[in-house]
Amino acid sequence: MSMRILTVDDSRMMREMLLMALKGAGFDVVQAEDGEHGLAVLAEHGADVIITDINMPKLDGFGFIERVRGVEQHRATPILVLSTESDAAKKARARDAGATGWIVKPFDAARLVEAIRRVSA
Amino acid sequence: MDPMDAIKVTFFQECDEQLGELEAGLMALEEGTGDRETVNAVFRAVHSVKGGAGAFGFEDLVKFSHTFETVLDLMRSDKLAISADVVHVMLRASDVLADLVHAARDGGTVDQDRCNTLMEELEHLALGDNAPAVTAAPAATAPPASPDADPEPDEWGFVPLRVSVDDVPLLDTPTEAAGGEEIWKITFTPRPTLYAKGSDATILLRELALLGDCDVAVDDTLVPSLDAMDVNASYLSWTCFLNSDKDEAAIREIFDFVEGDCDLIVERVSAQAPAPIAAPMPVIEPVAPPPVVAAAPAPAPTPKPSAAPAPTPAAKAAPAAVAAADAESKGGAPAANATIRVDLERVDRLIDLVGELVINQAMLAQRVAETGVARSSNVAMGLDELEQLTRELQDSVMAIRAQPVKSVFQRMPRLVREIATATNKQVRLVMDGEGTEVDKTVIERLSDPITHMLRNAVDHGLETTQERIDAGKPAEGTIRLAALHRSGRIVIEVADDGRGINRERVKAKAIEKGLIPPDLNMTDEEIDNIIFLPGFSTASTISDISGRGVGMDVVKRSIQALGGRISITSNPGKGSTFTLSLPLTLAVLDGMVVSAAQQTLIAPLTTIIETLQPKPGEVRRLGPNRTVIAVRDAFVPLVDVGVALGFRKESAQPDSGVVLLVESEGGGRAALLVDDIQGQRQVVIKSLEANYQRVEGVAAATILGDGRVALILDVDGLIAQRVSETRNETQLAKAG
Repeated sequence: MSMRILTVDDSRMMREMLLMALKGAGFDVVQAEDGEHGLAVLAEHGADVIITDINMPKLDGFGFIERVRGVEQHRATPILVLSTESDAAKKARARDAGATGWIVKPFDAARLVEAIRRVSA
Repeated sequence: MDPMDAIKVTFFQECDEQLGELEAGLMALEEGTGDRETVNAVFRAVHSVKGGAGAFGFEDLVKFSHTFETVLDLMRSDKLAISADVVHVMLRASDVLADLVHAARDGGTVDQDRCNTLMEELEHLALGDNAPAVTAAPAATAPPASPDADPEPDEWGFVPLRVSVDDVPLLDTPTEAAGGEEIWKITFTPRPTLYAKGSDATILLRELALLGDCDVAVDDTLVPSLDAMDVNASYLSWTCFLNSDKDEAAIREIFDFVEGDCDLIVERVSAQAPAPIAAPMPVIEPVAPPPVVAAAPAPAPTPKPSAAPAPTPAAKAAPAAVAAADAESKGGAPAANATIRVDLERVDRLIDLVGELVINQAMLAQRVAETGVARSSNVAMGLDELEQLTRELQDSVMAIRAQPVKSVFQRMPRLVREIATATNKQVRLVMDGEGTEVDKTVIERLSDPITHMLRNAVDHGLETTQERIDAGKPAEGTIRLAALHRSGRIVIEVADDGRGINRERVKAKAIEKGLIPPDLNMTDEEIDNIIFLPGFSTASTISDISGRGVGMDVVKRSIQALGGRISITSNPGKGSTFTLSLPLTLAVLDGMVVSAAQQTLIAPLTTIIETLQPKPGEVRRLGPNRTVIAVRDAFVPLVDVGVALGFRKESAQPDSGVVLLVESEGGGRAALLVDDIQGQRQVVIKSLEANYQRVEGVAAATILGDGRVALILDVDGLIAQRVSETRNETQLAKAG
C-alpha cells in the first residue's frame, strides 16, 4: 500500500502543486485547507507523513502541529513544514511545536519527495 | 492543458481573491474596523501571492511581495503601529502588487518608478521610520533579501531542506571512491525530542552509511531494566567511524533535521590513514551541544531543549477535539468551502430551459382553464402545484447567477485613490452593501457606470481641499458608494459631500446649447437631471479624469439598455447623490399586459407610476401630432402606443382607452394610451435583437401562455421619440 501524505495549505494552488508532485511520486494524497480541516481529515483518513503550511486561517500551522502531536497515534508521524518563511524564530516555534523538518517554498518536486522518503522509514 | 498551466490559472484566480481580501482588509484597518484577524488575513493574502509567485518564478512579484510581507509581519507582531499613514502606503502598495500580478499574468509591464517608490516606502516602514519616504533616488533601493536565497543555518540548526537534500547522495547514487578519504568519528546521542518529532535514528544512520564505509556501534549502557523504562525517554546512542571523502558539512547535513534534538560530535580522526577501527568506545556522558555554525545576529537567549517531551495538558485535551472534528466530518461535508465552479454557459442554458418551462407551464394552465375544468379538480390542483414548483425552480436557478456586487465594488477604492491623487483632493470612499446580490450579467455591466459616477463625483462633485476648508467643511471629502435592494431592484447610490449642482449654471448652459427652451419652467429636480441630456457637459475644459469624451448621457443610456434608471438629487453646498436602479435579473420582468390595436403588449411594471381612465376634456390637442393629458395639476404628453409602434395610423379616442402614466429618466413623465389592460404577470424576456432585429419603441419580446409572441415596450424609447419630436417642433417654431 502506498504511503499516505496529508497536505495542509490554504492556497488552492499550492494544494494542486503538492498533489501533482506527490501523486506523480506514487503517494496517496489527502488534502486540507487549514489546520482545523487538517485535524478532521487526519482523524478520518490518517496519514503517514504530514506536510503543512504555517500561515493559515482558523488554525495555523503551529497550532496544527501541536494538536497533531497530541493525538496518540500521530505522536511520531513525521511533519514537514512547507513555508515561504525561513525566519529563525518561526522555525524554532515549529520545532517546539513538534515539527520534524522545514522546507522553504518554492519547492522542487524531486526534493520534496526525497525529503519525505528521508523522514519516513 | 499542461498541468502546470492549469495550476497557474488557479494561481492567478487565487491572486485576484487575495488582492480583494488585501484591499478589503486594509480598508477595514483604515476605517478602524479591523482587528487582529484582519491583520492576519492581510498578511496571509500577500504571503500567498508571494508563495505562488515564487513557484512560477515571477521574480519582480516575489521581490515586491516579500518587502510588503516584511512590513505586514511587523504589523502583525505589533512592532509597527497601525496608523493612517502606514495604511495609506500599504493601500498604494496593494495597487502596485495588483499591477505586478496582472503584469505577470498578461505579460505586460509595470510602472517601474512607482514600484520602486513604493518599495522604498515599505522599506522605510520596515526600518521603523514611519515618515513617508523621500521619493528621490530610486536607484538606491537595496534589493530585499530574496526568499529563495538559501538561508544560513540558524542558531537552531534548522536548515531549509532544499539545500541539504541536493547534496546528500540519493539512495541509488553510489558513493564515489575518491582518493581523499578521511576517517570521521561521529557520536550521535538522540534526545527524547528527536523521537517526539517523528524522526528515527536508524534512518539517519543508514544515510550516514551511504557516505562511505561506516562502522557503527551502539551504546546501550543507559538502557534500564524493562520495568523502569520510560517510553518517552531516549536511552541509546551511537558511535560511528566513517571512512569518507565527504567533508564535515556533508556529514552534519544528514543531521540537519535533528540538530537541537540530539547531541552530535563530528571529529576528524585521521587523514589519509585508514586506521583499524577501534572497539566501540563507551560514550562519554552528556555531550556538549554542537557549536553554533551561523553567526547569530544577536546572541538571543537560547532556550534549553527540553529533556523530555513532556506531554502537555493541551496535548492531552487535543484527541477529544479531534474526535469531535472527526464526528463532524463524518456527519456531513468537511469544513471545506462547499462551492463548485461551473461553466457560465451551462447555467445560462439551465436558465433558458427554465424560462421555456415557465412559458410551457403557463400555456398548459391556460389550455386547461379553457376546457372549463373546475378549479377544485385534481388536474387544476395539480397544475397549481406545478406552477408553484416552476416558480420556485425559476427563483432558484436565478439565484445561481446572483452574485454579490463586491466583485465590482472592490475595484473602486483604487480608482478613487488614483483620481484623488490626480486631482489633488483628499477623498475617503465609504462602501456599503457590498454583499447585495444581483444577476451576474447585471454585475458585469455595473462596473462602467459606477466608475463613471465615481470619477464624476471626485472630479466635479467634490471641491478642492482649499475650497472645502474655506467653506468650513472637513478637508477630506467623503464619497459613499452603496448597494441595496429596493422593491425588486438593485439600487446603487453614489453620494458625495461636495458642492452640489450649480443649477443656475446648468440651466444657462442647457439653454445656450439649445437643449431646453429658454422659457421652460423647470423644477430643481428637472434641472439637476439636465446633466444626463446628450451633449451636455458643464466643465469648460474636459479634464483627464471624467472627460474622456463620455458624458453622463452615455452612462444613462447604458443603464437604460439594462432596463435601469439613473437620477440625481443635489443639495447646493452639501453634495449630490446619483441613484441608479437596475432590475435584479435580465431574464425575467414583471410586466403589465395591455392591448393596443389588437396587439398584446407588455409594459414593464417598474416604469408605471399609475393607470387612469381619461375623462373627456382632460386631453388636449396641441398641433397636429401632439396631445397632452391633464394629470391632476400638470400636463403630460400623451403617446398613443398603437400609433407610435405603427399598428394604426389614426389615434384612438383617448377616453375610450386606458392611460399608463409612466416615468422616464430626466424627461419627466408621459402618458401611454392603450386600449385595455389585461393583467399583470412575470414574463421571460427574449431578445428581439438576437432573434430578429432592433425595433424602435420595443425593448424585447416574450411568449405568452397561449403561445403568442408579445412585444415588451421600451418605455424610455417611446418617450425619447416623443421628446425629440417635441424638440424638433420647438426648433421648427424657433426657425419659423
